[in-house]
Amino acid sequence: MADKGKLLIVDDELVVRDSLGKWFIEDGFEIGLAESASEALTKLAEGDWEVALVDIKMPGIDGIELQRRLQQIDPDLKVIIMTGYASVDTAVQALKNGAYDYVTKPFDPDEISHVVHNALTQRRTSQEVSRLREAVSASVQPREFIGQSAAVRKVIENIDVVGPTDTTVLITGESGTGKELVARLIHAASRRRYHPMVVIHCGALNDTLLESELFGHERGAFTGAQHRRKGKFEIAEGGTVFLDEIGDISLKTQTDLLRVLQEHEISRVGGNLPIKVDFRCVAATHKDLEAMIETGQFRLDLYYRLNVFHIKVPPLRERREDIPLLADHFVRKFSLAMNKRIQRVTPAAMAILQQQEWRGNVRELENAVERAMVVAREPELVEEDFPLRPPRPSSEPRTVEEVERAHILRVLEECGANQTRAAEVLDIDRVTLHNKLKKYGWTKKTSES
Amino acid sequence: MRLIRVLAVGPLDRGLLEALGDGVFRELGAGWEVSPSSLDPGFALDPIRQQYHSTEILARLHALPDEAAWRLLGVTGLDLFIPILTFVFGEAQLSNRCALVSTARLRQEFYGLPPDPERLRERLLKETIHELGHTLGLTHCSDYDCVMAASHGVEWIDLKGSSFCPGCRERVLEVNAGPTTAPAAPLLRG
Ligand SMILES: [Zn+2]
Ligand SMILES: [Zn+2]
Repeated sequence: MADKGKLLIVDDELVVRDSLGKWFIEDGFEIGLAESASEALTKLAEGDWEVALVDIKMPGIDGIELQRRLQQIDPDLKVIIMTGYASVDTAVQALKNGAYDYVTKPFDPDEISHVVHNALTQRRTSQEVSRLREAVSASVQPREFIGQSAAVRKVIENIDVVGPTDTTVLITGESGTGKELVARLIHAASRRRYHPMVVIHCGALNDTLLESELFGHERGAFTGAQHRRKGKFEIAEGGTVFLDEIGDISLKTQTDLLRVLQEHEISRVGGNLPIKVDFRCVAATHKDLEAMIETGQFRLDLYYRLNVFHIKVPPLRERREDIPLLADHFVRKFSLAMNKRIQRVTPAAMAILQQQEWRGNVRELENAVERAMVVAREPELVEEDFPLRPPRPSSEPRTVEEVERAHILRVLEECGANQTRAAEVLDIDRVTLHNKLKKYGWTKKTSES
Repeated sequence: MRLIRVLAVGPLDRGLLEALGDGVFRELGAGWEVSPSSLDPGFALDPIRQQYHSTEILARLHALPDEAAWRLLGVTGLDLFIPILTFVFGEAQLSNRCALVSTARLRQEFYGLPPDPERLRERLLKETIHELGHTLGLTHCSDYDCVMAASHGVEWIDLKGSSFCPGCRERVLEVNAGPTTAPAAPLLRG
């Protein structure tokens, strides 16, 4: 069977190795047995293992040290620590060092089976995700905040300033402006970048689930909590916790969160053992938190904790000059993904894109380009490919500048983007045309690619 | 015909054992013979845990000479364990001759519920076929309805059926095409 899990069992007691090994063979696992840390390291050198069950107490190198070494060799290896009741504190330490979980001897059959199967699933999922991520990042642009407008330059400057520090950041902006991207850039600019950035969409979960999501829970903490589970703050250990839609959490969770931010310590739901956690917090919202404080829906003290450094991400309509760059970027991205040879958005279509309101911001623009790419015929995206709203009536008596821009772009398109010929038709000199195009956000790349 | 010899391990209601014959024949096509003698498992008792070490009992079963039997199944009313687990419902020698099942945790009484003999019989039948399946070399099946599905709690035993899924059945038929006497494979260290 190709999907047989590969389980390495490390214990100095023969009876433990044998009985566990045999038990998991019946479960369809391929089993490796090692009686010491050094034998385990040899086994890992000889082949790939997906999950390791490691006894905490062994002569020579103990389980905690072995876990560290195993994960240096294979960071994706899921290590489960086997411990006696007396060593639970040490096992908690192992969790902080990145162990997947710990189990107390003797094991409940159902529990050990679940822990091992879940570890295997997680290992396979994370490998699949990183494989896909590599495939995607190879084909799509590196992550960056695209735009040359003053508003975007300000955001990028802010990221450069605050990124390398450990300061808590509050990101505000309308939906679709790229708040999560800003958070990722902050994380990537920090010394925590080799640790995870864990995203929590606060708005999507009810109170109980959000608490368990954030802080984890002990077995039986509430109906349906069949197994102990680590919360996101624990998982993020050493990295960044990104709390998206922070304006959506209840006052109760706000109180809990405030304590975590102050103490850097959590308690799992249904547990009373405080666990130290090391993380940096970045939060985001599209809501007006100050207004929510006025009406008593948001805690002032939590707001101060979060709003140490503030980054406001501008809506797209306040940086229309970036639209051609963004549209170009999405055209390239989807050309690769859809295997279509679309070269560009025609100047006339681009002019229309620049006039839209884009209430859904960059995300709406991306969706519009994606849909257009589906219906478009190669090699260009034309006006008809975009199912855009008609321009607002209020924009109907257009300014001289808008009329001029549309006219120039139309002529330019008729001339096949040849600026010299377009300047002749327009009866202006080439430098003037060039300056005007620049002002309209018309970039060389757009006209020549 | 292939013969499954059934041996009570400790005191046990033999009527319960006789009642399993038809169901086992339906799945495995083997005869069912309840032995008049029984095995005293005192040697396998862990005085601290007050449970019986199933691997030790299996080893003792394996040592019993029985040329005529294709498989040897021990059934006990006592609570079984292997050292690393809090309990086991049963244990088998993978691709070998012997298997062992316990009724202790199959009884509703164990969970503080009124006795339910019919449910006990159903559970015991499933566990018996399951462990015998392991002796045929079958491992756990991802079909939740298959008798070879892993079941580490009675809820899971109740959920699954008492038959092999088509995939597992095929493996059973392959094995059944082989010898009708006990496998010659060496005992797997349990
Ligand atoms: Zn089984
Ligand atoms: Zn099956």
